[in-house]
Amino acid sequence: MSNVTNSILFKYATPQNFYPLAGKMIPWFWGVGALLFAVGLYISFFVAPTDFQQGEGYRIIFIHVPAAWMSMFIYLVMAMWAAIGLGLNTRLSSMMAQALAPTGAIMAFISLWTGAWWGKPMWGAWWVWDARLTSALILFFLYIGFIALQAAIDDPRRADKAGAILALVGSVNVPIIYFSVKWWNTLHQGASVSMTKAPTMATTMLWGMLIMALAFWAYAIAVALMRVRAIILEREAHTDWVKELPEVKQ
Amino acid sequence: MNWESPAAFFAMGGYGFYVWGSFGVCALLMVVEPILARKRHKEAVRSLRRESLADSLEQT
Repeated sequence: MSNVTNSILFKYATPQNFYPLAGKMIPWFWGVGALLFAVGLYISFFVAPTDFQQGEGYRIIFIHVPAAWMSMFIYLVMAMWAAIGLGLNTRLSSMMAQALAPTGAIMAFISLWTGAWWGKPMWGAWWVWDARLTSALILFFLYIGFIALQAAIDDPRRADKAGAILALVGSVNVPIIYFSVKWWNTLHQGASVSMTKAPTMATTMLWGMLIMALAFWAYAIAVALMRVRAIILEREAHTDWVKELPEVKQ
Repeated sequence: MNWESPAAFFAMGGYGFYVWGSFGVCALLMVVEPILARKRHKEAVRSLRRESLADSLEQT
């Protein structure tokens, strides 16, 4: 890595420099997200054809799969930030992990909720205890556990450490969710999109799903940046740079 | 175009309850979450402002 990128990375690794940068980035992610949602929803409802087996009911896929992907991806990113915070003792990384947890929990909830509302008409059951559903439920509980554990410990640095260990241990669950439909006999269908095979769905359906996934991505970044800015102010309240911020100084 | 009428669109070929139940809750959460994040930031700023006001009063 060149010295220039190195010094830029280090510059923005401090809460002080990251706070205004995040503030500038948020509207862009909202803008891109809104555009992607508009296109993605249009494809989901007006371009993608009716499924020959599931009729119009399959359209739940356009939020179910992106939410499920995000719930797993955010968890890994959260665990990575937590690990960096644990290893290097960098404040901002732990704050990033803390900011991602509620968004990840909401994504996990959306994947479970939309899964139930898809399962009922197609399988005849809101819920079954198969490997995919159970491991996805565990993911949701891991997020809740991470949030609760951090909230229960008063000293933020100790809360960061405890949370990081929970996040790291729990990350074992992510590959289990991902491969559960292969490893076990599940009621849940196999992957429609995988890294090794051509996708088994109509092209417009696939495009709709991918654009919705990008929209969810932009949403998650925007909302996590909003939350990390709040967390930075809460946790850096005693510092001089916070007191000198234009929105604080009157 | 998939739909012959707005009613057909909302009916979703008989799956309307499930499709809108999914999209509705998803949309609701994705509206509420940013509002809460924004509120948390505003509250942090407000409490910092109170502190800075208290500091300046102490000095005078």
